[in-house]
Amino acid sequence: MSFWIVNTLNGLSLAMILFLLAAGLTLIFGLMHIINMAHGSFYLLGGYIAITAIRMSGNFVVGAIIAVIAIAILGTLVQRLLLAKLYKQEMPQALLTLGLLFIIADIAFFTWGGDPQLVPQPALFQGAVRIFGVVYPLYRLFLIGWGLAVAFLLWMFLERTKIGAVVRAGMDDEEMVRGLGINMPLVFTGIFALGSALAGLGGVLGGPLLGMFPGADFEVVLLAFVVVTVGGLGSIRGAFLGSLLVGLVDNFGNVWFPQLSLFTIFVPMVVVLALKPTGLLGRT
Amino acid sequence: MRKNHLGSVGALAFILIVGALGNFLSPYDTGLLTQMLIYGVFAMSLDVLHGYTGMPSLGHAAYFGLGAYVSAICSLKLGWPFGMAAPAGIVAAAVAAALFHLLALRTSKSYYLMITLAFSQVLWSVAVSWTELTGGDNGLPGVRRPNLGSWFPWTFASTHNYFYFVLAIFVVSALALYVFVKSPFGYALRGIRENEMRMRALGYNVWAYKYVASIVSASFAAVAGEMYMYLNSFVSPSSLSVTVSAQVLMMILVGAAGTLFGPVLGAGVFVILQYVLSTYTDRWLFVIGLIYVGIALYAPQGALVFIRDKFFAPKRGSAS
Repeated sequence: MSFWIVNTLNGLSLAMILFLLAAGLTLIFGLMHIINMAHGSFYLLGGYIAITAIRMSGNFVVGAIIAVIAIAILGTLVQRLLLAKLYKQEMPQALLTLGLLFIIADIAFFTWGGDPQLVPQPALFQGAVRIFGVVYPLYRLFLIGWGLAVAFLLWMFLERTKIGAVVRAGMDDEEMVRGLGINMPLVFTGIFALGSALAGLGGVLGGPLLGMFPGADFEVVLLAFVVVTVGGLGSIRGAFLGSLLVGLVDNFGNVWFPQLSLFTIFVPMVVVLALKPTGLLGRT
Repeated sequence: MRKNHLGSVGALAFILIVGALGNFLSPYDTGLLTQMLIYGVFAMSLDVLHGYTGMPSLGHAAYFGLGAYVSAICSLKLGWPFGMAAPAGIVAAAVAAALFHLLALRTSKSYYLMITLAFSQVLWSVAVSWTELTGGDNGLPGVRRPNLGSWFPWTFASTHNYFYFVLAIFVVSALALYVFVKSPFGYALRGIRENEMRMRALGYNVWAYKYVASIVSASFAAVAGEMYMYLNSFVSPSSLSVTVSAQVLMMILVGAAGTLFGPVLGAGVFVILQYVLSTYTDRWLFVIGLIYVGIALYAPQGALVFIRDKFFAPKRGSAS
């Protein structure tokens, strides 16, 4: 029994990291139709900046805030200076972000080196607690809580605020929203910055578990791609559902079939795409 | 007709010049030239998919690496002769593409980009973790260069002889792909790239066309992968990596997608660039990234097309 509890909780904590990435990816795609290859780079930079900032300030919260703000600013610049020039050109946008993936990976390697580094855990959540009859690391529980809180806040933002309504309308018919006098370029920049910041937050919060190393950017963005492909591009609820599915499958797959690691992730993707090519909750 | 003759003369001249170069250059430079030809085949194979059919794949290394691995495993572990091991790699890649595209063709552009990437990454992870078969991160060293049997007067152990072997395969592949894209089938692929709905309305079985194109493309990618493996007598998981996929995509973007010669030029430019830059800097990834950003912003039809239109044919419109 304890096997199931521990591994389910492990899967859920991975799922929450994935959700932080997939939420941004799916929002950005839903609104701007950009396949953001550099999304994992924001995750990686978020983690690395947090490591440096926490080391310098000696405080997890301060470091986390600095990292998330830095990534939000970077996202704003990337969207304003580069992607905005390629408005509605799907392939060039994907190629541009692929280029950014390489550039940022090289800069990160140059700056932080090739050895894996962990983001220090916040002091408050170190150690373990007893839950459902098993002893479990407190930090992972904290992570699950954070993921759920972010999911709830995002849902509230999209469904219950005026800006959220604009974003949803923009996903359905952008030109009509423009016609109503809404400043869509600003909304684009805002959502891109928000998505990037979420990826950066994913790096900060996932960093203590998964660590930062060259190639981590690509590893997570690939999992996030699988998540949004399973959940359906452009849907936050789909991203949440997909994260749970992929997080759990990946974790149990790694336990049962360690030789096949990534292959086990592919299975849910094959099944979903075979049944519903646009993903579980995809927009058609 | 006239233009056609000019093209054949040009192609023949290209082959003769490249062939003659192989005779004069040092073994190291011949190795570079061999690489250009191998990447040329690889780039042409992706171009069938990306340039002609409009299916943007970011996982073409899957077939490149699969062909190399299967061929290496057949000759090292099963002791098969070259005449059996080489076709085995190609068949494996074709079968993999056939199975994978049963699924992948259910998706459209953006999804296809992501799912091909995921597919190649799955094969990469299998190559890394299935150590008994693939040697894991260490790869499989010690594959002998092709040996066609005692009836054949030459062996390909030396760099020069192997270069001529690759040149022969390159010529055969280029001819085969040329016939393929100039056939009615090839024109149908271009039709699908331009307007899939219209082709469907005209009664074309779009699915079948894409399916065949993807298998043809995968087979030639495997040919390139095997030649690369025999060049180095070595295959490792990096041959399946996203970097390789991104590099071959870059070759056709540097050249001109939707022409066969453009990607070959792109492959040549790529190998020279890699050679020149590696002597000055090890920021290779950074440079690839910059090239991608530059192409995306300024020359989405291809850097060479951009240069031609900008400097050599100012009055003409874009190539078509």
